Amino acid sequence: MFDFSIITTWFNDLLMGFCPEWLAITIECILVGLLIIVGYALLAIVLIFMERKVCAYFQCRLGPMRVGPWGLLQVFADVVKMLIKEIFFVDKADKLLYALAPILVMAGSIGAFAFLPWNKGAVILDFNVGIFLYTAVSAIGIVGIFLAGWASNNKYALVSAMRGAVQMISYEMSLGLCLITATILTGTMQVSGIVEAQSGPFGWLIFQGHIPALIAFFIFIIAGNAEANRGPFDLAEAESELTAGYHTEYSGMGFGFYYLGEFLNLFIVAGMTALIFLGGYAPIQIGVEAFDEVMGYIPGIVWFLGKAFAMVWLLMWIKWTFPRLRIDQILKMEWKYLMPLALFNLVLMTVCVAFDLVGSIYSGIAVAAALAVLLAVIFVRAFKFKANFDKEQELVGVPQAIKKDK
Amino acid sequence: MNKESYFGSALAGLKTLFTGMDITMGEYMTRKITEQYPENRKTQHIAERHRGTLVMKDQSKCKACGLCETACPNGTIKIASKMVTKADGKKGKILLDYQYDLGDCMFCQLCVNACNFGAIEFVKDFENATFDRNALVQHLAVAPTAEEMAQYEENAKVAAAKAAEEAKAKAAAEAKKVAENVEPAKEKEA
Repeated sequence: MFDFSIITTWFNDLLMGFCPEWLAITIECILVGLLIIVGYALLAIVLIFMERKVCAYFQCRLGPMRVGPWGLLQVFADVVKMLIKEIFFVDKADKLLYALAPILVMAGSIGAFAFLPWNKGAVILDFNVGIFLYTAVSAIGIVGIFLAGWASNNKYALVSAMRGAVQMISYEMSLGLCLITATILTGTMQVSGIVEAQSGPFGWLIFQGHIPALIAFFIFIIAGNAEANRGPFDLAEAESELTAGYHTEYSGMGFGFYYLGEFLNLFIVAGMTALIFLGGYAPIQIGVEAFDEVMGYIPGIVWFLGKAFAMVWLLMWIKWTFPRLRIDQILKMEWKYLMPLALFNLVLMTVCVAFDLVGSIYSGIAVAAALAVLLAVIFVRAFKFKANFDKEQELVGVPQAIKKDK
Repeated sequence: MNKESYFGSALAGLKTLFTGMDITMGEYMTRKITEQYPENRKTQHIAERHRGTLVMKDQSKCKACGLCETACPNGTIKIASKMVTKADGKKGKILLDYQYDLGDCMFCQLCVNACNFGAIEFVKDFENATFDRNALVQHLAVAPTAEEMAQYEENAKVAAAKAAEEAKAKAAAEAKKVAENVEPAKEKEA
């Protein structure tokens, strides 16, 4: 597999050749920071477009089709619109906190974004307590959301911020427990170490760790969805109840920051799921040498982005399926169901690891087969539904009428 | 399993979640119903019963009776008619003008229902926007030509002449009858 550290080492040597070490490190830091922000913005554009299209398809629509071919330029138009809008301060807002809040949200989001493993040798923040620090950094976003609601001096924004804070602090619990569960199996908190622990035939954590890992995966997706403030956990942005949510009083790019942050949190959650349970940039390996060889030629970033976007799609599927939960239901779900389950799962994983019941290739094959069957069932059912739907449409006579008109 | 219990409710909830995702997945796969309107003009399907605008289906069926004008709640229809003599000599109304104001119409179809002769109907054309309100006032009938009107005049003259002749003949017959009635009376007297 291609090792990106060749390029970074070469670049480092190049800089060291003509400038002192401190300057070289500063230049590298600035470049990496720029790359992160550019990647962040590009991913935001892709995600917003994907959200609009996927949402439309789940609702039997086509989504944006007018701006550019197949609506491809719609998001750029939206960004331009957002950029030229006036930013104004609310009269009785707490000016300092009001201005600070979106920056905190962005800081938490970009900070967490920097933990994602892009390729072998291209893990930006990579040290021994990586995952632990990730939970700490991503939690900064909660402060931003809470401050936004408080500083706006608006009752809807405040109610929304309260909801958001309560929900995110609660689900942080399950998220952390799932991360610990995963860490028990990988034996390290370092991002690159976690990926290394998952390479090899059927090495992904959901294959290695079979039942406890699957439970952790399941809880992680739910808690991550809540953490990203997305449906069905979007009661902090319940438009029908709270005008818009904690960002009601923000305009222009202030609002744009929240919008961006929300979409990137979705990607970060998906990327973290891909990192921890689906092997990050590690390719599929099944123990057959020729197959593994071919899979190894596909660059790590393709594997990582593929897995992450598959998870994004799954989260969108969930979002556009379920109705919004009430605040008491959300808290009940976390404290009465998910957290006890996560705690039990932690014990289960510990027992499995202690008695060496994980990591066997047979359990990996069994899990992979079960997932394949599940996917097959989903698609067969979906196509059956499609066939029935088309038949019903034919009974109504719409296609015939269209044909006749032609 | 008891759906009220802790584990039972959790499992029941999980089952409904999967049911929901199953349905939305099917929806994701189906043909999208969005109509991309201006581009799909050639293929777009408009419901048979859609009422776009009123048209005169068959002017020869129109008897200029004015029932549609009376039925219209908005005063959308204004009919100009004239009593003329037809070719067979009978008198009847002909349609001079059928003024229909699309801007006032509320597409209730009462006029079509009121028509006893099936002369008017609603069609599916819906692209009715104009830049001038006056353009919405439409004249649905073809006005009779000068020759036709002349023909009607001619008909009227012929009919009048015929009527006069008939009246003459009738008067003569009447006189004869009266005379015949008188004769026997005289004979009786004699």
